[in-house]
Amino acid sequence: MPDAIAPHVDFQYSDVRHQADTAIAGMWLFLATEMLFFGGLILAWLFCRHWQQAGFDAGSRETLIAFGTINLVVLLTASLTFAAGLAWIRLGRTRRLVQCCWLTAALGMLFLMLKSIEWYTDIAGRLFPAGAFKLTGAEADGARLFWSFYFVSTGLHAAHMIAGVGLLCWLALRARQGSFSAQWHTPVEVVGLYWSFVDVVWIMLYPLIYLIGRGA
Amino acid sequence: MRFSLPEASANAAQTDWLIGGLTAVSLAVLALVFGLLLFYVVRYRHNSPVVRGDLAEKSFRFEISWTAATLLVFLGLFVWGSVLYVRLYQPPTDALKIYIVAKQWMWKAEYPGGQREINTLHVPVNKPVELVMTSQDVIHDFFVPAFRVKRDVLPGQYETLWFRPDRPGTYHLFCAQFCGTSHAAMVGSVVVMPNAEFQDWLGTNGNDGTLVEEGSRLFIQYGCSGCHRDHGTVRAPSLAGLYGSPVPLSDGSTVTADDRYIRDSILNPGGQVVASYAQVMPSFAGVIGEDDLVKLLAYIESLGAENGG
Amino acid sequence: MSDHAQTAADDLTLAQPSYLEDGVTLRSWLLSTDHKRIAILYMVSITVFFFLGGAAAALIRYNLIIPQGALASAELYNRLFSMHGVLMVWFFLVPAVPVTIGNFILPLMLGARDLAFPRLNLLSWYLFVAAGIAVVAALFAGGIDTGWTFYEPLSSDYAQGHVVLAVTGVFIAGFSSIATGLNFIVTIHRLRAPGLTWYRLPIFVWSLYSTSVIMVLATPVLAITLVLLAFETIFHVGVFDPRLGGDPLLFQHMFWFYSHPAVYIMILPGLGVVSEIIPVFARKTLFGYKFVAWASVAIAVIGFFVWGHHMFVSGQSAYASVLFSMLSFLVAVPSAIKVFNWLGTLHKGHIRFDAPMLYALGFIGLFTMGGLTGLFLAALAADIQLHDTYFVIAHFHYIMVGGMVSAYFGALHYWWPKISGRMYPEMIARAAALLMFVGFNLTFFPQFLLGYLGMPRRYHSYPPEFQLLNVLSSAGASILAVAYLMPLAYLTWSLLRGSRAPANPWHALGLEWQTPSPPAACNFVVTPVVTGPPYAYPTSEARPFDA
Repeated sequence: MPDAIAPHVDFQYSDVRHQADTAIAGMWLFLATEMLFFGGLILAWLFCRHWQQAGFDAGSRETLIAFGTINLVVLLTASLTFAAGLAWIRLGRTRRLVQCCWLTAALGMLFLMLKSIEWYTDIAGRLFPAGAFKLTGAEADGARLFWSFYFVSTGLHAAHMIAGVGLLCWLALRARQGSFSAQWHTPVEVVGLYWSFVDVVWIMLYPLIYLIGRGA
Repeated sequence: MRFSLPEASANAAQTDWLIGGLTAVSLAVLALVFGLLLFYVVRYRHNSPVVRGDLAEKSFRFEISWTAATLLVFLGLFVWGSVLYVRLYQPPTDALKIYIVAKQWMWKAEYPGGQREINTLHVPVNKPVELVMTSQDVIHDFFVPAFRVKRDVLPGQYETLWFRPDRPGTYHLFCAQFCGTSHAAMVGSVVVMPNAEFQDWLGTNGNDGTLVEEGSRLFIQYGCSGCHRDHGTVRAPSLAGLYGSPVPLSDGSTVTADDRYIRDSILNPGGQVVASYAQVMPSFAGVIGEDDLVKLLAYIESLGAENGG
Repeated sequence: MSDHAQTAADDLTLAQPSYLEDGVTLRSWLLSTDHKRIAILYMVSITVFFFLGGAAAALIRYNLIIPQGALASAELYNRLFSMHGVLMVWFFLVPAVPVTIGNFILPLMLGARDLAFPRLNLLSWYLFVAAGIAVVAALFAGGIDTGWTFYEPLSSDYAQGHVVLAVTGVFIAGFSSIATGLNFIVTIHRLRAPGLTWYRLPIFVWSLYSTSVIMVLATPVLAITLVLLAFETIFHVGVFDPRLGGDPLLFQHMFWFYSHPAVYIMILPGLGVVSEIIPVFARKTLFGYKFVAWASVAIAVIGFFVWGHHMFVSGQSAYASVLFSMLSFLVAVPSAIKVFNWLGTLHKGHIRFDAPMLYALGFIGLFTMGGLTGLFLAALAADIQLHDTYFVIAHFHYIMVGGMVSAYFGALHYWWPKISGRMYPEMIARAAALLMFVGFNLTFFPQFLLGYLGMPRRYHSYPPEFQLLNVLSSAGASILAVAYLMPLAYLTWSLLRGSRAPANPWHALGLEWQTPSPPAACNFVVTPVVTGPPYAYPTSEARPFDA
């Protein structure tokens, strides 16, 4: 096992611990802003649904629940693999961390691929809310609004996923260089927080998109 | 130039009293703040020989006193403003109802008797007037400074505004919500006249027929009578005596059949379905314009409880 | 710290090059992670935007000198006031004090060597510049004609300008804002010098902290609102447009949920600046420190719950309006507490009238006027008359220009010796401050009357009976313009010809004054230790303080 390279302490910090704790505090605060961002979207969604329930339900029945559920399983597994990687580096097992990072990134890519196929299928099925729309009649307006929320929320989530996959690749490369050790692996913890958050957002979106209204 | 605004409606004086009260409180506070400021900067300027002595250590008493005083005054002003406001949301039942349709960049008014005008509103003095307003495009705002009334006019729904003019005269009407290029040109007048003159005006300006007459014609033209008349082929809720009465809905709730409800039922019938009825009514969104909607509304309102038209 | 240790630390510090000398290439400035250099980069940027927005304002006031509108085109006028609003709100007022004075002074006040995340700080400046480029591009491509408030469905379906481009710029500026706020919050929690407990922090830090909390929690809601607006505009779907099944009031709720707290982002730092200046120039400790500190927090918290007061005539329910009215009266109380405490600080002080103090005193008067007129708007029935008239414009300009811009200039003058190492010319500065006070009142006081008399806002032309008041207002604006150009001139002059500033020209207490003027790149060679409260000016005549 190569010797861990001592982490660089920026000059405004008193020691490694100080800097590490601060980085984690910063990521938690950033996630708070993301909660307000997605939270605002979800609140608007719920509000609009309240006034157009029939239309939203009709829209929801058109979603491809198979894709959504497989993606849910993929993302939960990806959180598991990353958590495993974090557990490994806490024991100093850098190679395992690298493997877990690549595996998690691959699962993320799988999610994005499935999402793209799902979008393609939706659009081909005239479910994009602009222009010619699959549903007509009294529920069309509400259904269009549902699908607007669908594309905006999954699009924003996908953007966050892409950023996450990028971070995972970066982490894997840094780990391969031997930057992390059992004593210091703050970037792994910080990326882990972000990745978990992206997972949580999907867990909140999944019922909103695929479940509520389907049984109606 | 003008430095005063006429008080031309029943509530105008009350609003002015409130604004006057706010002004008085503000002046008192400003006198205190500016007064102390000037007094201190003169008396305690750095080269003034005044003896400062020992300084107050405890600030708690001051803090609580001025915070409490502030809260008390604010509470009073809040209650005052709210009471007047809520009254402006409760139009009297005998108000003359005029329909207003706003569009970029003009005001269209339609009277029950069928009279119409653009950018001007003729109203009788000392009688309450209720405006039922909607927009054909963006958000506008109906503002008559002399009456101290203002309300946003929204597309897709009705907003109401009421006032009781108490002085004859001609007063500015402004659009007070930015609505595009000619927002500043979307102005007009409200002409308040003695009742006799107003009746004359109505007589000389009526043309096509009352709103109710027009509405009854449209009721047949748009096919409403096919279902909503006795012996129709489809089972549809009766409209006789509907206006103003409670309507039980399919989700268990009850709503009052006001202008908004009837308008929404025509444009989005699936939104609120009457209990025990199937939702088969088609939507007339995009088919019936705002002007015609107003006439249909007037007609439905006029339907008595006997035979449904 | 013992005198001996202090002297040794001073010697070490004096041997350091100042942050201005530490690298002279353009690259060293544009890629610097030094919070002081980033503050200067920001200062240059917001000055550009301030004068751009100011030019729009000058044209607006020019248009309004005759009732028909001196600028023939209403379309042009509408684009001018829209651009004025967007630039002034997001590219001057929201960043102003935090990113210039805050970036520079906050670490110094905390005894820290930099912010918690210096590279994030540099990124925030680049985001700000990118956002500015997008908005200026929208401007040169013809502008927007929706007002800075982008109300629906006007902005998605009926607007004639470059809404999506402008909105993209604002969206990016929001990220810059969030980055700054995040940086400040973490820095204040984690990088305070030993002994610097929360109740020993200067009020400026408390107000920056409260501002940052709002930045971090409110701005994301603006971001999602703008995303939905852009989606609706580009794809013609109906989130907010009623003709397509949407709800225009939903836009207003979401927009104002951010934009009301945003006005507290704009004013809180100014309130903090005044709390710094008054004790120094009255030579007296701040009266009621804890109340002033918690008042900042109270404003930030209550400020999240009053947004509906922008919508009293919008068609929202009367019950909601009553609730929002009560909360709006409540949010005014902490501001009143601050004003009373400043007066308490002046009482029995030894008051000097240097330019920073003139701006601070002007602030107290003008902010109080602005705040009181806010009560008119919080009172429901009065708001019916005054909403969307010039009364509202006068109200928020009293707070933002009379208040915040005065505070910004006050802060600029107060910390100028520290930032630049030069003294500005005192007498000209005092003249500019007085001119600003006079010009400001002449510009905006007539607008209260115009509003009550019924002149709506955003009007390119108006009924002739309003002309006199409009002419007075425009005359004031021309005086104000001169008063703003004066500091631009003499502050720039002072960089080249001003006398060298000592480390502590005001003999003020506070860690930032324990560094040389200008400070070394690393701020403190030896980390200071704090042993007492801030503003510990002597309380008895027996030991006069100043020289």
